[in-house]
Amino acid sequence: MDNIVIIGNGISGVTLARHIRKLSDKKITIISSETDHFFSRTALMYIYMGHMKFEHTQPYEDWFWKKNKIELRNAYVEAIDTDNKSLKLANGPVLNYDKLVIATGSKPNKFGWPGQDLKGVMGMYHKQDLDNLEVHAPNNKVCKRAVIVGGGLIGIELAEMLNSRRIPVTFLVRESSFWNGVLPEGESQMINRHIKNHHIDLRLSTNLKEIKSDENGHVKSVVIEETGEEIACNVVGLTAGVSPNIGFVKSSKIEIGRGVKVNRFLETNIPDVYAIGDCAEQHEAIGNRRPIEAVWYSGRMMGETLAQTICGNRMAYKPGHWFNSAKFLDIEYQTYGWVFGKKGRPDYEQHFHWKHNDDTKCITVAYHKDSNEFLGINTFGIRMRHETFDTWLSEKRDVDYVMNHLSEANFDPEFYSHYEAEILSAYNKQLETA
Amino acid sequence: MSLAKPDALDITTKQKVALAIGIVGLLILTLAILNTNFPNQGLFLSLSLGMISLGIIIYSREAYLTKLEGIKNDGVWFKSISSRGIWGWIVGVILTSFYIVLYFYPQYLGLGVDGASNNGLISLFDPLSQLLSGRNASQWFVYGTLYTIAILAFGYKFILKYRHNRYQQVRTISVMFFQLGFAFLIPEFMYVMNNDLPYYDLKSVWPLNYYIFDEWSVKGFLSNGNIGLALILFGIISIFVISPILTYKYGKRWYCSWVCGCGGLAETAGDSFRHLSSKKMSAWKLERWLIHLVLVFSVVMTTAMVYTYLGYDSNDFWLTKAVFISLVIGFLTLVFVGVMLFKRHELGKDAKYGAIGFFVVIGLLVTMHFTGSTDHVFYVKAGTLRSTYGIYIGSIFSGVIGTGFYPILGSRSWCRFGCPMAAILGFQQRLFSKFRITTNGGQCISCGNCSNSCEMGIDVRHYAQKGENIVRSSCVGCGICAAVCPRGVLKLENDSMKGRINPTEILLGNDVDLMELVNEK
Repeated sequence: MDNIVIIGNGISGVTLARHIRKLSDKKITIISSETDHFFSRTALMYIYMGHMKFEHTQPYEDWFWKKNKIELRNAYVEAIDTDNKSLKLANGPVLNYDKLVIATGSKPNKFGWPGQDLKGVMGMYHKQDLDNLEVHAPNNKVCKRAVIVGGGLIGIELAEMLNSRRIPVTFLVRESSFWNGVLPEGESQMINRHIKNHHIDLRLSTNLKEIKSDENGHVKSVVIEETGEEIACNVVGLTAGVSPNIGFVKSSKIEIGRGVKVNRFLETNIPDVYAIGDCAEQHEAIGNRRPIEAVWYSGRMMGETLAQTICGNRMAYKPGHWFNSAKFLDIEYQTYGWVFGKKGRPDYEQHFHWKHNDDTKCITVAYHKDSNEFLGINTFGIRMRHETFDTWLSEKRDVDYVMNHLSEANFDPEFYSHYEAEILSAYNKQLETA
Repeated sequence: MSLAKPDALDITTKQKVALAIGIVGLLILTLAILNTNFPNQGLFLSLSLGMISLGIIIYSREAYLTKLEGIKNDGVWFKSISSRGIWGWIVGVILTSFYIVLYFYPQYLGLGVDGASNNGLISLFDPLSQLLSGRNASQWFVYGTLYTIAILAFGYKFILKYRHNRYQQVRTISVMFFQLGFAFLIPEFMYVMNNDLPYYDLKSVWPLNYYIFDEWSVKGFLSNGNIGLALILFGIISIFVISPILTYKYGKRWYCSWVCGCGGLAETAGDSFRHLSSKKMSAWKLERWLIHLVLVFSVVMTTAMVYTYLGYDSNDFWLTKAVFISLVIGFLTLVFVGVMLFKRHELGKDAKYGAIGFFVVIGLLVTMHFTGSTDHVFYVKAGTLRSTYGIYIGSIFSGVIGTGFYPILGSRSWCRFGCPMAAILGFQQRLFSKFRITTNGGQCISCGNCSNSCEMGIDVRHYAQKGENIVRSSCVGCGICAAVCPRGVLKLENDSMKGRINPTEILLGNDVDLMELVNEK
């Protein structure tokens, strides 16, 4: 009986384990040093905000694992010996495997800022980061101000978290507008205004120079690169992106780049060793995707796919149409297909942008300027149907068709106001003037 | 209990003032219970109810209107009252005690016994009762008034909390309307028009309204000519025609979270406790046994009740004991055979339990018919049976546990574990309704906000993360799961019956070949 060992109990590893169990009777062991049981990483913020408790972020009850004969081990893997097919665990024990899957996710980036390891400086990725934040920022008496460095999805979530406990937040964003490496300008600027409406001190085009320490090795303030301004604070959140969490792989024969290098079958250079999720790096990017996809959904899909391969039906990772979602404070965001911001936008990609007067809803539709083929949509404050867009993208519908049938894709709750007519008339008007 | 939790957020000065106003309002009621004689009862009653409402209104405005629109759940698991902390237990004990006194010792609330005039709390409500129906208040009038105030004031709070969500607002206005009009005012006015009619809340349908077919009730209706006859016919049509049609079109939510008074209170005053319901698999198992036992019990009991006052001789009245029992058995058999023929595959393993349940009911009814006498069924005096049912299900379950335990078990424990009406509507919703909660492709991130906020204890995430629509008999369609979802994954809707139950292994967004390979096996 095959002995499958999975390092990492995040969405990738757990999805893989569940699917292997559905397909086979193989022995499955999941190793994690973060938590005993799988939890939803994306939900960590809600624990700090008091919406949920940690146990509510666990998608499966604790009996689930035993019932499905998935062994869980709380341990830290120090090294991988691929010649002997064994893992060396911290404090000594050795664990053998027949097939090994590396699914260890990411870790927050640190760019060598002075003071980045002080007490009160943290990322927001692991369960331990959350516990750490609870120690350093339990309320606005202990933490009089927090500074967040890095304007991405985790940065804005951390800002929302701190805001929920009325801790004043200064939000340093390197870019000239929030997340505009990904979002088109109109959307990005709407989110800028939304952040400020929440009384968050958003500083655009601003870099961190250093973090200063008090006499106890605790963060005291940060200094801004551009102006030299010193901002007193008790907590610094480092949220300038994440990178693969693969330090323990370096001593092995497994090929790594920024992440663990894999082919389309999610196989590494060593037979019977695979990598999935945030820590896997494709030799060549798939379509418009990045070689490393640090996205919940991609991790899950890789898990679904690799289970087939491990259970004897070798299958390439061929994800379908791109989709993603996020929530910026009170504004939900969904995307289907490809819509690029300034960065990396192909010449042929043309946009139609509509924004509602209340400044909390907008959409951007991307299409091919010659063929009019619909390429993708970003939607803010209006929910849309995944399935409908997936179908339209597969059918290669043109943008006129999509704009005229937009109401079919609406997924807002019943009784909500609909904006399709307004959007369509704005679209038609743009065509007339163009 | 609350020591290990982070500090709950402080409330503002304005909220403290609002709390003080509300507490003074409550204090007047408390003084009345302690038999304080207020000089001008009308004035003090208005003052009390006015201050309670005003307190809630000011508090809510300060809580929600000072912030941007959006989900407002910050700190619900930190606050003592909403996380089974010390305040939660205190409120639970006070509510439970109130229900026990209300149901079993109304004299302590000041109910005048044997024609004596009211005193204490109940006499404080005499002026309002006189105004509405020209009679003195009863403990039920006091309860009804407070109940209505709670739904209206906390309904207002709920509307502010969800001021970005039209579904929540419309639904809340609906429960406020039905409580104020149908449960509170109309029965009073009906009494004014015809004081022989039994109390009838038109929206309260059997088996929730378990006494509608009692002898005194039916006699009361029938002795009142056409209007009485019309009312009892309406009661029967509600069960057999109106409710199945509406449930088919909209799911059981048309009743449970748009019309029902129990649901109305849970959705408004109980909103702060919705996340306390247990989502464990074990709780679900208990729920399925308990609610269906109550349903069996109420079907058998009601049949037994009607049975006892029917005659043997068809010359007196066409509906004899034998005809009635045959009609009931015939109807149940029709439902059973229909379900087994057309919905067998959807029931799966539960079909066996359904069949056992059916034969138990039929067995009981037949036994009753052959062992019963004029006033005894199952060898027990019929009146005793009825009052036992009334006490255990009607009082203890729905009131004392159902509402008294809000801060401990969550806001819908009665609806979930005990309501026979919810069981019937749920049975239909699961098998024969266009309603479902649609899951949006592969967008779920398993965060758990949906499950956490489900007052009925449904593990919504379990379905959402599989890309499967939620078709559960217990879902009351409150729509909060969809509201709190941060990724726009859930939508309540009425669509065609076909394909509404769609379990999938591989979610949308992955390789189409893999989806076909696995999902269409």
